Amino acid sequence: MLLFILKRLAQVVPVIFGVTLVVFLIMQMVPGDPAIIMAGEGASTETVEQLREDLGLNEPLHVQYFSYIGNILQGSLGNSLKNNQPVLDEILIRLPITMELAFFSILITIVLGLTAGIISAVKPYSVSDISVMVVALLGISLPSFWLGLLLMYTFSIKLQWLPVAGWDSFAHIILPAITLGAGGAAIVARMTRSSMLEVIGQDYVRTARAKGLKEHTIIYKHALRNALIPVITVVGLQFGSLLGGTVIVESVFAINGLGRMIVDAIRTRDIPMVQGGVLVASLVFVFVNLLVDVMYKVFNKRIDLN
Amino acid sequence: MNTLLSSKKPILKVSNLKQYFIVKREALFQPKQVVKAVDGISFDLYPGETLSIVGESGCGKSTTGRSILHLDEPTEGEILYKDVSLTEMSKKELRNIRGDIQVIFQDPFASLNPRRTIRQMLDEAMAIQKVLPPKQREARMLELMQNVGLRPEYLERYPHEFSGGQRQRIGIARALAVNPKVIICDEAVSALDVSIQAQILNLLKRLQNDFDLTFLFISHDLSIVKHISDRVMVMYLGKIVEISDKASLFKNPLHPYTKALLSAIPVIDQTIKRERILLKGDVPSPLNPPTGCRFHTRCPFATDLCRDEEPLLRELESGHLVACHFAEKLSAI
Repeated sequence: MLLFILKRLAQVVPVIFGVTLVVFLIMQMVPGDPAIIMAGEGASTETVEQLREDLGLNEPLHVQYFSYIGNILQGSLGNSLKNNQPVLDEILIRLPITMELAFFSILITIVLGLTAGIISAVKPYSVSDISVMVVALLGISLPSFWLGLLLMYTFSIKLQWLPVAGWDSFAHIILPAITLGAGGAAIVARMTRSSMLEVIGQDYVRTARAKGLKEHTIIYKHALRNALIPVITVVGLQFGSLLGGTVIVESVFAINGLGRMIVDAIRTRDIPMVQGGVLVASLVFVFVNLLVDVMYKVFNKRIDLN
Repeated sequence: MNTLLSSKKPILKVSNLKQYFIVKREALFQPKQVVKAVDGISFDLYPGETLSIVGESGCGKSTTGRSILHLDEPTEGEILYKDVSLTEMSKKELRNIRGDIQVIFQDPFASLNPRRTIRQMLDEAMAIQKVLPPKQREARMLELMQNVGLRPEYLERYPHEFSGGQRQRIGIARALAVNPKVIICDEAVSALDVSIQAQILNLLKRLQNDFDLTFLFISHDLSIVKHISDRVMVMYLGKIVEISDKASLFKNPLHPYTKALLSAIPVIDQTIKRERILLKGDVPSPLNPPTGCRFHTRCPFATDLCRDEEPLLRELESGHLVACHFAEKLSAI
């Protein structure tokens, strides 16, 4: 197990190289000159040229890239082009907010998804099953920016139960977390349902019935634990799209998280900020994947991680 | 044997058991279709005997087993276990009596929960049926492992660490753990290699002697049936066509279907010449079974009577029942 974790950690290095390279090249290809944006619309050519020189933008691409990597290895993500503050400081302020949002979203994904999936699978093709699956279909189909606005309109503006936007109290977390977690919950629900139905049809569930076990015990102790394995995969993958989703949800609900930071940085061509933000988001995703693989081992004795 | 059986009281009495399944409609306005998997069968199971159910796939033999266990609720009919009706029991009463009737399934890979150790399986079975207080279970588990020929240290292992034959032994140990009186073996050896089949069959026979078990042995393999049974019941399309003690059935089959089945048993000795009766066509769909005798579409002796009137199961010789209008005439052939 330990050997497996170490191996996986070693794999992080090439992944990070790839991520930085891709983001670096994309930012080079995006139209718009950061120096012009920084200097402002009416700035003179000399000012812009001076800025370019100061920022190192006139160096050849590979020199720029390797000096960036060199800085990362020294623990620096560079300074923001916008306010010249260290990128890392900004990320350390923003990351906890996004992680909090992601945590509650994934919680909603798991709790809501599993419950709905189990309800569906216990009585397949019943009214409860069909209604749950219709809601799940809606959950998958609704885009999060629309769902977010809809929830905001209903619960904040009409009913005035919850705050509209911002990030001050627990009440602020509820709507964004639901918005972000809904799609995942729907996918998890459908996955749980099909996985449960498959397991319930197995002979060992029949054996458990023939033993005289209570239906409750059969569902939770025998069927669910075996049905969870594919569900864990889906939850792990869901976390990736969830990180992507924070970009939209944070913008809709005006939350100053990492996602919104990256969007703002892209808009102002703040290259170090974008690179730093994406790098940290990728690291989080890589570690979540590692966690998922370790969970497999815990839930499925047949998987040999090495 | 027959006199012996008739002097005993049946441990399990199945009367007019019907198990219908509704098939999902393929088109919106199509009427719902009903598969009559088991269509009104009656038989007795006597304590200590092995009664085999044979027949082609789809004839309802496994469904019969599952209905007796109430894994599927029977559509109609009555199942008496020691004179108590299983069909009328509440769920709780049924759970308590489940310990008495156990099951061993065909596929040893599917019938064991992959996430539980052998110890957990055996322990759970004993705990539910309150076979023994927790302190005495350990000794009982070791005894069970020994009974089925597995090493005691295997208790801590998971099912995937065993071979097919070993898993089937685990399945048997699990069934035995609750001290059952009746075990339904649903194709219990069909998934195993022939050499392992023999081991498991001999194990079952030994356990039957040691623990005074009654077996309902469901199989499509006539060689195995011949080896293990006391009595044999032949099913075709949800009906019993013939039921008899083993010797009489194999020596003098009365139903044309049984004759055809028996002629299909492969013989190793090439010098023995025998006539194979080849049946034409497939088994008709249980969605729409033939009228009259269900076998008439494939029976070489079928007449108009067979097409119109369903033959009843009747006792032709002592303990030898057959459902064929012309059984007397055919027995001479």
